This record gives sequence, C-alpha cells and structure tokens, in this order.
Amino acid sequence: MGELKVLGFWASPFAIRPRIALSLKSIDYEYIEENLRAKSDLLLKSNPMHKKVPVLLHGGRPICESPVILQYIDEQWSSGPSILPSHPYDRAIARFWAAYADDKFGLALEGLLKAQSEEAKIEPLGQMKAGLELFEKALKDCGKGEAFYGGERIGFVDIVFGSNLGWVRAVESMGQVKLLDEERTPGLVGWAERFCSHEAVKDVMPETEKLIEFAKKVFSKPA
Amino acid sequence: MADEVTLLDFWASPFGMRVRLALSLKGVNYTYREEDLRNKSPLLLKSNPVHKKIPVLIHNANPISESLIIVQYIEDTWPTPSPLLPTDPYSRAKARFWADFVDKKVYDCGRRIWASKSEGDRDVAKSEFFECFHLLESELGERRFFGGEEMGFVDVVFLPFWTWFRVYEEFGGFRVGVEFPKVMEWVERCLEVEKVREAMVDPEKVYEFVVQMRRKCLADDTLHDVLLTITTEPTRKDIYSF
Repeated sequence: MGELKVLGFWASPFAIRPRIALSLKSIDYEYIEENLRAKSDLLLKSNPMHKKVPVLLHGGRPICESPVILQYIDEQWSSGPSILPSHPYDRAIARFWAAYADDKFGLALEGLLKAQSEEAKIEPLGQMKAGLELFEKALKDCGKGEAFYGGERIGFVDIVFGSNLGWVRAVESMGQVKLLDEERTPGLVGWAERFCSHEAVKDVMPETEKLIEFAKKVFSKPA
Repeated sequence: MADEVTLLDFWASPFGMRVRLALSLKGVNYTYREEDLRNKSPLLLKSNPVHKKIPVLIHNANPISESLIIVQYIEDTWPTPSPLLPTDPYSRAKARFWADFVDKKVYDCGRRIWASKSEGDRDVAKSEFFECFHLLESELGERRFFGGEEMGFVDVVFLPFWTWFRVYEEFGGFRVGVEFPKVMEWVERCLEVEKVREAMVDPEKVYEFVVQMRRKCLADDTLHDVLLTITTEPTRKDIYSF
C-alpha cells in the first residue's frame, strides 16, 4: 500500500504513540526525528494546520493527531492484535480515558513542568494526584484484573496514558515527589513497570535522565 | 428486551445537539431529560462523576460521556441507517481529524467572541474564528456535505454551532452568510432534512438566552460558570509544543 513514515520528536509523549502501535502490529516504518525549532518541509507540508508531531505518512498520505493515528493503525492493519476493544461500550470507555489522559492529566503535567515556584506547583500537583487515583480505579474497571487497560495486551488507554510515563518519572525525580506510589496507586506502579518494559515500548520511551536535562533547558527560568 | 436510551442534556448546548442529531438521523428512540445546570440531577452526577457535564447518553443503564465519544458510540451501536463514518481507514481518519478540529477550535473561538470583556480579545477571537471557517469551507470544497453525498461525522459535529451563529454575529459584528456563503449553503442543505431540523433548536432562542445570561452574569458570578459549562468541554491541547 505504500511506504510508512513517522515524523516524531524523541521527548514527545504524543510522538511515541504511533511507534508503540506499529510495533504491536509488527509493522516496519521509517522514523524521522524532527528538530522542532527547525521543522522540516515534510512536516510543514504534511500537517499545515497544526505543524506538530506526530504525523504518520502512509503512501505519502498524512494522518495527524495521535489518537486519530492510533485508530487508523488499528483499522488499517486489522489482522494484527487490536488496539481498541471490539465492544462499542468498551470502546467508548477506552476513548473516555484516553481523552481524560490528554485533557486533564496532560494539562496538569504541563502545569507542573512549567511551575516556577513551589506555590505554583500545588494546584497541578493536586490535579495530577487526583487524576492518578482515577486512573488507578480505571485500571481495575477497564483491565478487569488483567495486566493492562487493554486486558492481557496493551491497548488504546495504555498507549495514550502510558506514553506520559517518561515525563511522570522525570517530574518525580526533579520535584522529589512521588506520583506513583505503592500505598495510593499500587495497581499503577505494577502497570507502569509492565508497560515501560514491554517490547513495543522500551526502545521508544525516552530516558528519564535525558528528559530531565531537556526540561532544564526548555522549562528553565528566563535569564 | 427493548433498548432503553436516555439523554441527559441542556437544550442550548451544541454538544448535546450533536448527540440529538446522531440519534435522530439513525431513528433511535430515546428519552430526553433536561438538566438544570445550576442544580444537577443525582442521575447526572452518578452517570458522569468525573466531569459532571452534559451530554450523557445512558444506554441500558450504561452511561457514556463526551459528545464526540457518544456520537462514535451511537455509530458503533447503530451503524445503519445513516452511517456517519466511511468504510476506508484513511477517510475515517480524515473525518476524525476534522471533527477534532471543529471540537477544538470552533467552540473556543466562538465563545471568546461573545464572552470576551475586551475589544482586543474579541478581535483576536474573531480573526481565529474566521481562519477556522475558511479552513472548513476549503475542506468542504464542492461536496454537498463533509460526509460526501450524505451527512457524516463532521457534519453532525459542526452543524449544531449554526444555532449559535446569531450569538457570534451579534457580538462579533459580522454575518456568517456574508463572510462564509459556502458554510451557509451547507447549513441550508443540512436543514432540508426533517430529522435534522427536529434535533436543532431555534437560533433566536439561543441568542435571547445568551443575552439574558450575560445581563445576569454582570450581577451574579455563579451564572458565568453555568454559561461556560454549556459551551465548553474539557479542552484538548497539545502540550510540549516546543
């Protein structure tokens, strides 16, 4: 059907999502690392509206927005392991938690990273902790006691929510704060380990140390 | 056993209207329950404990929240009549992309037009609104609907904002029909279908409602939140926009 390319950026949780999905489906692709301060012509041409990564190019046709890309991958290569559940209600629940991961949790994470003072951290930290408790409960509801939100296998919610784990760990280290802990979120602690060590994830999840270094450059106080 | 479908909604909500439109196009019978957003029902709070917002669809006691998710659920559960998504993955991806674009941009720009306190903010919102509508007109092209020959996902997601056009026009000082004739022609084609008209509300009533609420808001801050809740859903943002 044509060649497959993923335009991404190593530190972006959104950009690792298509790579995890393609790996789950055992599909080969060419990965192109973008310099977000000097975006390639290909990126600007492929995503003229948002000019953001990730972009999936299939036979030259671009697909943008990571949740849309994940669903495209699932439908295009439907013979591989499913990313979305098959039952309409389970699909709706999966979409709900994926949307929550991006809308609330993602915003709180960003707030925490950009906070310049201890006081400014309080609100986003509170929101993240509340979010994590919801996700702890959702793991039991969606995963039904299995290893992942998708059940036995990694699914849509795992990919969308789990892609943030690199940054969650970086924030824990930088802020000397525990976000995932054995007492309040024991399920998530186990899930995070399983997700990050999964074959489809471990090579694309950015290393905590590198993210910390990167964060210091990007989110540091102006001189 | 017959299907039990209930929709918890607020009459003026463009998000709720998307759901009404999808159900109407597919001929699904449902019970409509109007929520008082200043006094939310126990059923709403139980059905959407995370966001506590309308619309919520309850199908055989299973609640589904978030309008785009609800519309996709309706599509998955009642694929015919009136399929809202095409069959090939690439066209489906395009439809989802544009629905997401409408969801992210139209309500936000529109809201900032009527809710802005400063001229400056309003002008910025208006120019973004215009840019957004130009893109949508361009995407529509010469097609009858965004879905092609029949209404589809993007049509269902975008059309309810027509009921708010008068609000944007009066506060923004422009006419959609003048600036974006193709959009108005598309609206008219949609409204030719009776099932579509049934799901929409009168734009005049929406305008009166907003005018009234704004007047009251100046006196009472709590109403401001109510007004905002019917026109906002959790905002999707791309973070780490380096």
